[in-house]
Amino acid sequence: MISCDEAKIICHKTQYNDASFWETLKLRLHLLVCNTCASFSKMNSRLTKLCEEASIRNLSDRDKLRMKKKLDENI
Amino acid sequence: MNLAKRAFSMNQLNPHIWVDQYADYLFNYAIARINDEEVAKDLVQETFLAGLKSAKNYKGAAAERTWLIAILKRKVIDYYRKINSKKGKAEIRINYNSGNESDGDWLEEQVADPGSILENDFIENEELGLAIQECISKLPKKQAAVFTMKTVRGLNTEDICNELGINPSNLWVMVHRARTALMGCLNEIWFK
Repeated sequence: MISCDEAKIICHKTQYNDASFWETLKLRLHLLVCNTCASFSKMNSRLTKLCEEASIRNLSDRDKLRMKKKLDENI
Repeated sequence: MNLAKRAFSMNQLNPHIWVDQYADYLFNYAIARINDEEVAKDLVQETFLAGLKSAKNYKGAAAERTWLIAILKRKVIDYYRKINSKKGKAEIRINYNSGNESDGDWLEEQVADPGSILENDFIENEELGLAIQECISKLPKKQAAVFTMKTVRGLNTEDICNELGINPSNLWVMVHRARTALMGCLNEIWFK
């Protein structure tokens, strides 16, 4: 049986569809018997959903560099 | 030049960190209102420059970011005035902060029309995005980078590892720390 630490890592991986078949299986087994990790898993899924709903946009590093240069020119 | 520097230190403005700390936040604010990436970027840039110019007017009453957002708000309004006057369309109502900066609770001030049910979902998602941005900006730089690359930009593990010079194990530990911190932070500012 995997530890809670390992379970949490796999839990994150599943949020990004990055967990292998076996990892997912081990996680599911762990969640059956561990309530703490089960609620952690719920919260994690909630966070993923929130991030998707929020449709966060970020500026590229290039954009930011350009802005910094412009700002520095004027300070 | 020296006067400006003094203004910064006296009123605790720190333009050197503006882009790293606030650019994404301001961009998300702008892009939610102006569905044009290039215009949004321009407005953010203009906001920073305007912030420099008005540095001496900064009295330290509002948080730095709140103050910058207030500048951006006005620029968004000006932008709409410009395009609306050209086309004669009805103006989109944006709540104009009369200039009194207030600390904390500023998210509530952003609601364009509290009575409108249609706008509420849109506004809530936007506020949520900003809340998440705020929480991300509190993360240690590397964690923020890893989280953003994975979640916002959707890069795969291998690419992120190559770009940041870390191994997958490091990556997942950082993702773990970042997500755990975000859960806590969001709990504080969103669900309370």
